[in-house]
Amino acid sequence: MDPRIIVVTSGKGGVGKTTTTANLAVALAKAGYKTAAVDGDIGLRNLDVVLGLENRIVFNLVDVVEGACKLQKAMVRDKRVENLFLLPAAQTRTKDAVSPDQMLKLCDELRENFDITLIDSPAGIEQGFRNAAIGADEAIVVTTPEVSAVRDADRIIGMLESMSKSPIRLVLNRLRPAMVKSGDMIDVKDVLDILAIDLIGVIPDDTAVVISTNKGEPLTLGDESIAARAFSNVARRILGEEVPLLDLEASDQKGFFGFLRKALGL
Amino acid sequence: MNFLARLFQMIKKEKSKDTAKKRLQLVLIHDRTDISPEMMENLRKDLIGVISNYLDIEEDKIELDFSKEERSVALVANIPVKNVKRRAERRAEPA
Ligand SMILES: Nc1ncnc2c1ncn2[C@@H]1O[C@H](COP(=O)(O)OP(=O)(O)OP(=O)(O)O)[C@@H](O)[C@H]1O
Ligand SMILES: [Mg+2]
Repeated sequence: MDPRIIVVTSGKGGVGKTTTTANLAVALAKAGYKTAAVDGDIGLRNLDVVLGLENRIVFNLVDVVEGACKLQKAMVRDKRVENLFLLPAAQTRTKDAVSPDQMLKLCDELRENFDITLIDSPAGIEQGFRNAAIGADEAIVVTTPEVSAVRDADRIIGMLESMSKSPIRLVLNRLRPAMVKSGDMIDVKDVLDILAIDLIGVIPDDTAVVISTNKGEPLTLGDESIAARAFSNVARRILGEEVPLLDLEASDQKGFFGFLRKALGL
Repeated sequence: MNFLARLFQMIKKEKSKDTAKKRLQLVLIHDRTDISPEMMENLRKDLIGVISNYLDIEEDKIELDFSKEERSVALVANIPVKNVKRRAERRAEPA
């Protein structure tokens, strides 16, 4: 496989870019690919805590592009999963600390050292997003089933298209099957109708995500929640496998609480 | 779903997700044809310039807007004509 660089982006903030990046990076590394998770959110670093690697950071992305240290030295190796490495963002710098040229050069170096690189983009359509996206070949756009998030996703997709990223694929995050069923949440099909791009996965809204973030243990490390399976499936699709979508509604009604919900018609 | 439930849904008011979808589709028409007001004004001026060579038009009654047909967007102009000129007043060939 040729080395691949994928930017994970969204337009709107808080829709699940960092969560998605962390879970996919773990799943891809577990599948045997040497994986780099790059925090492109300079000044608001987060990927380190979501991955649970915050205590091991010495150098960061800005140090590397400024030549203060070598890439290999700045990459934090994950001890839980073989093949997984984090390049943290600088926390005390702003996004102006990095230029598009420096990002391109960094991406070339990442390509030489890793099978797959995931870049967690900051929200917005400004320079921070452009820096995160400029060196990537492909893009994953994360959105939630809400008017504002889908609208921003459309904007970002237009920009990624004009930057010639391909493929550009969608993760629909935080879907609530019960609300979809009652007609109070736009469904996968609605979102795809509107955005007209390929879907690479649907992640349910799941308390397991919050718990895993609390602990700094991405779900794909071995959790059995539906969200964990949904993220693993996205990783498999990235690797070219054909995996059918999970039946979120059915899994929503499993277990005691599912039974209760069903019985109460919630 | 049984018959009664289906009937109930039919008379029930529109689901909020359908409202969301419609609103999104409308707002995206504008987003996707995101032309600045300044560019729109220039387009209007240029159009008036070209058309006035052939027709007498009511410049202040011109309506210019985007309209969406299924999956494509069209520029729709409504330009009231006062009079057709007998001879085109074109001065120079376009470069
Ligand atoms: N599928 C999910 N189910 C439940 N909670 C979720 C889910 N996905 C994300 N969250 C929660 O939403 C919040 C925002 O997620 P995250 O930080 O990944 O978003 P982001 O797009 O990276 O945000 P930012 O734009 O600020 O970088 C977090 O608290 C996260 O735990
Ligand atoms: Mg983030």
